[in-house]
Amino acid sequence: MSTNWNRKDLLGLRELSPEEINFILETADAFKQVGTREIKKVPALRGKTMVNFFVEPSTRTRTSFELAAHRLSADVINISVTTSSLTKGETLKDTARNLEALHADILVLRHSSAGAPQFLAQRLKSSVINAGDGAHEHPTQGLLDVYTIRERRGKIDKLHIVIVGDILFSRVARSNIFALTKLGARVTLVGPSTLVPREFEKLGVTVSYKIDDVLPTADVVNLLRIQHERQRKEYFPGIGEYTTLFGLTKERAKLLKPDCLVMHPGPINRGVEIDSEVADGLQSVILDQVTNGLAVRMAVLYLCGGIAT
Amino acid sequence: MSATLIRSGRVIDPANKRDEVLDLAIVDGKIAEQSAIKDQKAETVDAEGLIVAPGLIDMHVHLREPGFSHKETIESGARAAAAGGFTTIVCMPNTSPAADNPATIAWVNDRAAVTACVNVLPTGAISKNIAGEELAPIGSLGQAGVVAITDDGHCVQNHELMRRAVEYARMVGLPVLDHCQDYNLVGNGVVNEGYWSTLLGLPGWPAAGEEAIVMRNILLAELCDHRIHCQHISAAGSVHLLREARARGVKISGEVCPHHIALTDEAIQNFDTNYKMNPPLRSKEDVDVILEGIADGTLSILCSDHAPHAEFEKEVEFDQAPFGIVGLETELGIFIDQLVHKHRKIDIVRLIEMYTVEPAKLLKLDAGTLSVGAPADVTLIDPDLEWTVKIDKFESASRNSPFGSWKLRGRAVRTIVGGKTVWRL
Repeated sequence: MSTNWNRKDLLGLRELSPEEINFILETADAFKQVGTREIKKVPALRGKTMVNFFVEPSTRTRTSFELAAHRLSADVINISVTTSSLTKGETLKDTARNLEALHADILVLRHSSAGAPQFLAQRLKSSVINAGDGAHEHPTQGLLDVYTIRERRGKIDKLHIVIVGDILFSRVARSNIFALTKLGARVTLVGPSTLVPREFEKLGVTVSYKIDDVLPTADVVNLLRIQHERQRKEYFPGIGEYTTLFGLTKERAKLLKPDCLVMHPGPINRGVEIDSEVADGLQSVILDQVTNGLAVRMAVLYLCGGIAT
Repeated sequence: MSATLIRSGRVIDPANKRDEVLDLAIVDGKIAEQSAIKDQKAETVDAEGLIVAPGLIDMHVHLREPGFSHKETIESGARAAAAGGFTTIVCMPNTSPAADNPATIAWVNDRAAVTACVNVLPTGAISKNIAGEELAPIGSLGQAGVVAITDDGHCVQNHELMRRAVEYARMVGLPVLDHCQDYNLVGNGVVNEGYWSTLLGLPGWPAAGEEAIVMRNILLAELCDHRIHCQHISAAGSVHLLREARARGVKISGEVCPHHIALTDEAIQNFDTNYKMNPPLRSKEDVDVILEGIADGTLSILCSDHAPHAEFEKEVEFDQAPFGIVGLETELGIFIDQLVHKHRKIDIVRLIEMYTVEPAKLLKLDAGTLSVGAPADVTLIDPDLEWTVKIDKFESASRNSPFGSWKLRGRAVRTIVGGKTVWRL
């Protein structure tokens, strides 16, 4: 195993060095190459078991991890909240220790509580990969976003990245902020003041409430979904007003530079944060993000799974 | 007839404005004139180099009985108190059943009489079942012997109900203690709203959620001309509000817990639930203002908010863990270390006053003094003893403390209740 990587867990991007982030991206380059071959499977994790442990609903991320593990020849078990013993009152710690007792080498955890992956990583010998914890981090999403930008623009340094939407409740935003600022990008957050508090400026980013002032200088616009299912109604007056003030409508998209990339972690709400014409337009790299997610997750599983013995 | 002579200690008795090296006599469980034991055989306790203080009072403790004896019992909580130097503890009513009725108070008093090695004084609830909807039978609770009413752990949100509780408590002669938390502002917050909550994505508990209720309590204390005591003050704004109101003579006061001066919200970054308490750890700026509030007397009482929880309850996801930490066995050491030695905000005399005269005055207790004839509750303190916190040696039934391995200077070395040594180092 390379000396460039010595972590058994991937819990977040805040704790990674720029070198470690770049090393994951370079490893992902190799796996992306594998995806273009006729036989897309490699034996890297043969004999290892990965458990997809999703305590919060997800299809995109769970499927991506599952496919990534299959391509690395690992055995895969899926556990979701309805099939887990958590609904019978078992604690997270006990459930995870049982999975470890079944020789699960890698635990991919999606959980609604911030810090749940840290909690397990401190207590288990298995690798713990954070697949999203509350509003804290979603490191593989952050990595695949950075990977996609780097693939299209050749670099991250000095690019102006604009992240729009519900930042306060977004783990995707936090992982993006940590990775992008480490790699030298200039990051601007845009959204309603209730969802983009000024406190974020202490993380080394700019906060703006005027999207039209920011879009003309953007190299990337990353639109986050308005998570109406987890918000108390006091945060903003309504979806219609949100679209009026912050939606990337086709009118507003005219402010973008021709080479500006449009990104979205999905699932997209057409007509809310983004118009269909923009989501499906030439500047959109939304589906590239999904494809790259597979390569990035193969890299993460390969690197962490190789450390855990 | 039993007699004890505590020899050559520095007797600090703020109630009598006494601070001098002398012998303290105890006869039949009461403080006595020295002449009273001249001719008889007395046990002697050498207190040279030690402080001889009135028995310390912690007026904010959760003993968990009835209902949660796996966390703590009255017996184990009392032992923890003795080991921390406390001769009197005041226990909160959020038990199961809640202490909102005279029968539960009688049960607690009986249990304490049989099992507790220190004085245990119960509080009663403000509202039935601590639900904040209807008044508890405050008069009957008073007759059953509670020393105050409080919904601690919860906060009456309905200002009108709180007003009536304060008015009624005034008639009965009971002070009102309040856990200050506006539920709308706080929502599902679990940590201080600020830099660390933003970074970690944990739901924020804004300081304004405490300050709003402190303000409410100031207004009601004024309206009803009756004492309201704000529990575990954590936010700078609360200190400013209290300072202004006390200067105007409003019957309002506030207390401080050790974790709110010894730690900041930076400590939550590893998601360790032993740093999760309510109100939460705040910023360095808040800590500085609280220290000033202690120095100038705005915050007049020290306490622990001793909140035991079993390991299996605390060892869960951060936002799902119960709030609270144990404190009885570390609070005196932390306060002496931080307030007297490190920050030099108050001297040891004032610290003892904040643990004796102040709570005794607030709750109208026959305690906190070394006057002749008073119950012989005495704490011997070595203010310079250096020691290390060892959680596995706690007398408490629970272990949820963030202070393991802390090196502290100053602690109690002997605890005497009614003339009997109940604990010694």
